[in-house]
Amino acid sequence: MPSPPVTIEIKVNGLLRAQMVEPRTTLVDFLRDHLGLTGTHVGCEHGVCGACSILLNGEPVRSCCMFAVQANGMSVTTVEGLAPQRGCLSKIQDAFCETHALQCGYCTPGMLIACHALVQNTPQPDEAQIREAIGGNLCRCTGYQQIVDAVKLATTPGYQVKEKSEPIAGQPGQVAIKEASND
Amino acid sequence: MTDPKHPAYNAFKYIGRHRRAVEHRRFVTGQGHYAADVALPGLLHVAIVASPYASARIVSIDTSTALSMPGVHDVLTGEELTAQIEPMLPGVDAPKVARYPLAKGVVRYAGEWVVAVAAETRALAEDAAEMVMIEYEQTPHVIDTEGAMAEDAPRVHPDHGPNVIWHRKFTWGPVDEHFAGAKHQINYRARWARSSTVPIETFVATCLWSDATQILDVWASIQMPKYPDLLAKCLRIPGNSVRVHFDVDVGGSYGVKRGLKHSILVGYLAKKLGRPVRFLEDRLENMRGGDMQGPDRIFDVSLAFDGDGTIRSMRMRAVDDIGAYSGRSPLQLGKPVGAIVGPYRIASVEYDAYSVMTNKTPQEAVRGFGQAPTNYAIETGIDKVARFLGMDRIALRRKNLIGKDEFPYLIPSGTRYDSGDYETVLNTSLSAAPFNAIEQQRDALRAQGMLAGIGISTCLEPSGGNSAFEPLFNAKNETTTWMDSCLIRIDLNGAVTALMGTSTSGQAHETLVSTVVGEILQKDPDSVRVLHADSLNALPSNSPVGSRMAIMLGGAAAGAAKILKSKLLAIAAHNLGVNEDALTYEDGNVFIQDEPARRLEWDALVEIAHRKYHRMPTGMEPGLQEKFCWEVPSGGQLPTEDGRVQMYPCHSFECHVVLASIDPDTGKTTLHRYVVGHDCGVMISPDVVHGMTYGGVAHGLGAALLEKFAYSDEGQLLSGTFMDYLLPSSEEVPSITIVDHCTPSPLTAFGQKAPAKRAIWVVQRPLPAL
Amino acid sequence: MKAAPFEYVLAESLDHALECLDQYGLDARTLAGGQSLVPMMAMRLARPSMLLDINRLAELKQVDIREGAVSMGATTGQRAIENNIEVHGAIPLVRDALRWVGHIQTRNRGTIGGSLVHADPSAELPLVAVVLDATLRLCSKADGEREIAAQEFFLGPMFTATAEIECLTSIEWPIWEGSGVRTAFDETAMRHGDFAMASAACQLQIDENGVCQRAAIGIGGLDGVPRSFPELAQQLVGQRIDVRLAREIAHCAVQQTEPGSDLHADAEFRRQLAVVMLTRVLQAASTPSPHGTTNSTAHA
Repeated sequence: MPSPPVTIEIKVNGLLRAQMVEPRTTLVDFLRDHLGLTGTHVGCEHGVCGACSILLNGEPVRSCCMFAVQANGMSVTTVEGLAPQRGCLSKIQDAFCETHALQCGYCTPGMLIACHALVQNTPQPDEAQIREAIGGNLCRCTGYQQIVDAVKLATTPGYQVKEKSEPIAGQPGQVAIKEASND
Repeated sequence: MTDPKHPAYNAFKYIGRHRRAVEHRRFVTGQGHYAADVALPGLLHVAIVASPYASARIVSIDTSTALSMPGVHDVLTGEELTAQIEPMLPGVDAPKVARYPLAKGVVRYAGEWVVAVAAETRALAEDAAEMVMIEYEQTPHVIDTEGAMAEDAPRVHPDHGPNVIWHRKFTWGPVDEHFAGAKHQINYRARWARSSTVPIETFVATCLWSDATQILDVWASIQMPKYPDLLAKCLRIPGNSVRVHFDVDVGGSYGVKRGLKHSILVGYLAKKLGRPVRFLEDRLENMRGGDMQGPDRIFDVSLAFDGDGTIRSMRMRAVDDIGAYSGRSPLQLGKPVGAIVGPYRIASVEYDAYSVMTNKTPQEAVRGFGQAPTNYAIETGIDKVARFLGMDRIALRRKNLIGKDEFPYLIPSGTRYDSGDYETVLNTSLSAAPFNAIEQQRDALRAQGMLAGIGISTCLEPSGGNSAFEPLFNAKNETTTWMDSCLIRIDLNGAVTALMGTSTSGQAHETLVSTVVGEILQKDPDSVRVLHADSLNALPSNSPVGSRMAIMLGGAAAGAAKILKSKLLAIAAHNLGVNEDALTYEDGNVFIQDEPARRLEWDALVEIAHRKYHRMPTGMEPGLQEKFCWEVPSGGQLPTEDGRVQMYPCHSFECHVVLASIDPDTGKTTLHRYVVGHDCGVMISPDVVHGMTYGGVAHGLGAALLEKFAYSDEGQLLSGTFMDYLLPSSEEVPSITIVDHCTPSPLTAFGQKAPAKRAIWVVQRPLPAL
Repeated sequence: MKAAPFEYVLAESLDHALECLDQYGLDARTLAGGQSLVPMMAMRLARPSMLLDINRLAELKQVDIREGAVSMGATTGQRAIENNIEVHGAIPLVRDALRWVGHIQTRNRGTIGGSLVHADPSAELPLVAVVLDATLRLCSKADGEREIAAQEFFLGPMFTATAEIECLTSIEWPIWEGSGVRTAFDETAMRHGDFAMASAACQLQIDENGVCQRAAIGIGGLDGVPRSFPELAQQLVGQRIDVRLAREIAHCAVQQTEPGSDLHADAEFRRQLAVVMLTRVLQAASTPSPHGTTNSTAHA
C-alpha cells in the first residue's frame, strides 16, 4: 500500500523549496529527481561510499541515509551551492582543478562537501586530518593523493582562486557556470 | 604540478605542461552529465528479479500479480525476450554458450537476471519485483575452479560440453631444451583472487525509441568497443537505428562498464513500450549480476635458470575462472601474450592457458585486461629465484632486465617491445625511496617486533590497445584493426572544434585532444573545444579500452590537425606566391621566412578557406574540416600458426618499491613508503598520467589487501555490498611518490605510450623478506 | 534499492511517540539517526509499515552532567558528544570509543541511543555501555518508565530488551569519582570506520603508587553481545598492571567467549585479536598519562 505523500519545505542552496514527497523518498533522490540537482551522486545507497554527501544545516551527512521528510525545515547545501557566486569557484573547488584531484568526477561532489566542511572548522588541516575527513568518501580514480594535495593547496595562506570565469549575477547552483573558453 | 624535465619535452609548447583539465570545471560545480542525469518525460524505471540459486531449473514464473500493480508497465521474462533478440557473442568460438539478458529455462549463477519489471518509479518497480513468483528446482552446481575442470563436474552449459570453454597451449622457442640445459628449476603456484575495479557509479542505460524516426537513442555509462554495432545486432535493427550519445560522462570504468545486456534489455523495453526506459543498477544488482567481477586465476609456473641468476625459460599454466557466461573474459588470458616475459630476457616460454566456467557471476574486462595477474605471477617467481640462489633480488633483476640498447626487442611470443630503459627506472626508483634509508627503517621496525620488509617489483604494461588477441583466440575472427579517429573543424570565426567518437570515463580525453590539437596548430588548447559525437555522427573508435587513447586518439587528433595545418600552409603559399617550404607557421599565422612582413594571419587564412574560393589553390576542397583515422601502429597482422603475434605497440615500464610492516599480533598491515617509478614515454598531460598512476596503485593495494568477491560453497556471493567488498579509503592508501622517466616511443605521434591508466595495476608483494 | 512504502510519523512529544508505538506495536520502527536503519530499509531487510521519527524531541537530546552520572537523551548526536569537552572530562571512555564509530558524516547523523538499540555486536557504544555499567531508561505508554542495566539490555545480535511498544529515552553513564581514572579503547577492523573484528575497552582507577583501585573491562565483536568481565576486573584491583597480568586477564576473558566466523575473520583469529586488544588497552590505561591513550589502528 503506497504511503500518502507529505509536503516538505527545505532550503536548498539558499532557496526555499516546497514539494510533495513520498515518505520513502531519500533525501538524495529528492534532490536529484524532484529538484533536478543532479550534482549529488548515488554510489551505494547503503551509507558507505559517501558520493551522496551534502551539508545538512552546515554539517556533512550522507543523503542516502535519510528520508527527505526528515530534512523538512532544514537547510541543505549541495555541490551546486558551494561556489560563493555563480561563475566563480570556491578555493577548494579551484584547488581540485589545479591539483587534478578528480578524474571521472563521480565521487567529486561528495569529496568537495567533505573537504569544504573540514576547512570550515579546521582552516589549516594537516594530512592526517584531511585523510580522516575524506575517510568516508570512496574514490576509485585518484588514490586520494591529489585530493589531499588539493586541500593542502587550498588552505595555504594566500591561496587565490585561479578560475578564469567572471562572476555572474545570481545564486550559485541555479544555472550552469559560464564557460571560460572560446569567448 | 611541475612540468617534467626531459629533453624530449623541449620540442613542445603545450604537451607535457601542467594544464587544468577541461573536464574539471563541470565536475567541481556539479554540472557533470552522467547517464543517470538524463531527464526524459515519461521515463520508466527497471528493477530486476534475480536468481537466488547458483544452478537451477526455472519451473514456472507467475507475473500476474506484479503486472496488476499500479504504475507497472511491463514484467518481462526470458521466454519473451530471447525470442525477439540475438544472443551476445561469447568472445571465443563457443556458439552453444549463448547469453541473453534474462535467463530462459535455467539459471547458472546466483544473481542471474530472470525477470525485469518496468514501472513509473524505481520504487514501484521494486515493489512489483517482490511480487513476481518464480518456482525453481535446484540442480547441481560447481563453484571451485579446478573442480569445474574435472570430467564428472556438473556442466554449466551442458550443450557446450565440458566447463573448459577455451584452452590452448603455446610453445614459443625451445622450452624443453632450455629447461634441460638450465642448472636449476623452481615450481610455484600464484593465486589471484577475484576482484575488480568497482567504479563508484554503477551501470546505467537509458533508451528512447522513436516510431517516427526508427531511431533508438541510448545514453549509457559505457566503455566498450563496438557497443553501438553489437546493440543493434542483438536488437535485430540496422546499425543506423542506434544512436549512442557518447557525450555522457561515465563515472569511472577501468574496463568494466560494458553493460551490453543491460542495454539490450532496456532497448527492447523502450521499443516495446514506446516510452523512454532507464535501468540504473543499484549496488546489489551491480555487484552480483552486473558486469563487475574480474580475473580469478590460478598460475602454476616453472622457471629454469642458471647459478648466476640467468633465467632461461618459463612454463606458465594459467587457469582463469570466468564464471557462468563468456563475454570478452577469455580474451583476458590473451593480452599477456604480448608481455609474457615481462621486462625480462627470457628466451622461451610455454603458456598453457585455460578458461573455465563455474556457477559464479561472469567475469568482465578489468583494468589491465589480464596483465596484472600475470605480472604478479612473474614477479612472484623472480623473488623466489633470488631466494633460491641466495642472490640479491635487485641484482637478479638487473641481470635479467632487457637492456636499453636491445630495443626494439622481440619476445618469444612474437611481440616487439618498442623502447625502454628499465634499469635506469629501477635505479631512480631505488634512489627516490631512498633504498638505504628504508632499509634502516625496516630494521628499526623489526627491532620493535614488527614483521617488516621491502617489496620490489619491476613489470611491464602493454599499451595502445590492439585487437590481436581476438584472432589468436578464435581462428574464425580475422580482426586486424582497432583504429581510432578524430575530426577537426575550424569554423568561419577561426575557432577550432574536435570531434571524438567515444565516451570518457575519467581519462580526460577532452584535455588530451585539445592539448594535442593546440600543439600541432599552435593555438591555446583552452580555446579548442572537444565534443563527443554520437555514434551516428562519429568516426570509428574502439573506445578507451586497452590503454590506448593517448596513443590512438592522440595520434588521430594529431593526424587530423596536421592535415589542417598543411591545408593552411598551402593556402598561404598560393596567396603569397611562394613555395610552402619558404613559409613559417607560427601560432596559426603564416609568413615568408625571409620576409616576415609578408604574412597571412589565421583569420585571413580561415576566411579564404570558408568564403574566398577564388583565392584557394586549384582543386582544394573549400572549408576547413579534416578527419584522420589511424590504424594501431605495428598492428594489422594475423597471428602465425604457432600463435606468435604483435600484440600491443607500446610498452610502459614501472618499478614499485614499498616498505611495509605487519603487526604480528593483529595482522594489521601498514605501508610506510611507496615509490613508483614509471616510464610511459612522453606524457601529454603529466597531471592526468600521475592521477592514473596513483589510482592504479590504489587498485593494486585494494586487490592485494582488502578486495575479494568471495563465494560460499553454495555459490552465494558473500561480498555483495560495500560493507563486505572493501574498497580502500584515504586511510588505507598511503602517500605515494612517483618518479618519472621518459623513453619516447618511436611508434607514436609524440613519443607517448599509455598514460598509466591501466599501466600500473600491479599488486605489490610487499613482504618478500618474511 | 528503495525502501518499501511506510507511513511516516514525526513524533511531536514523547507521549505522542509512545502513543504511536502502543498503537502500531510490531509494525512500527523508531527512527533515530537512521545510519543503520535507513540502509536496512533500502535493502528491504527492515520494512516497518510505520516509521516513527523521534529526532525532533528536545527532551531526548538533553545532556546533563550530574554528581555521579552523565545523563544523555537517546537521540543525542554522536558528533555532539564527541565535541563536548565537559562530557569527555566526565566519561572519557565514551569519546575514546566514538572516534572509532563510522565516519564524520555518519556521526553527524548517528545518535547515542540509536547505536545502543541497533545492538550490533561489533559496535563501540554498546561495549562501552556494558563496561561502564550504564543504565538505560525505557518508556512505554502501557508500563511507563523502567530502567535496565546495559548488561541485561543486550540479548543477542541486533536484539535488545526493548519491547516493541517501548522507546529508549535516555542513558545514564556512571562517572567514576576521584583521581587517576584512565581509559582506553582499541579495535581491529578491516578498514578504519568498519565494524570491528574485535574490540576492547577498559576504565581503570590507578592510585599514585600505580596500584589499580578500580577496574572495568570488556570485549566486543566476539559474542552476539558485547561482554564485560566484572570478576576478572576485580582481580586487577590491588595490583600493578604489567604486561604479564594484562595478558593473563585478557586470555581469561577471551576464554569465556564463543566467537563466530565470517568472511574477514574466523573464530580463532577473533580470539587472538581480542586478547591483543584487551592486553593493549589495559597496558595503555595503566601507563601514567591522563586518561591513558587510545591505541588507534585499523587493519589496512
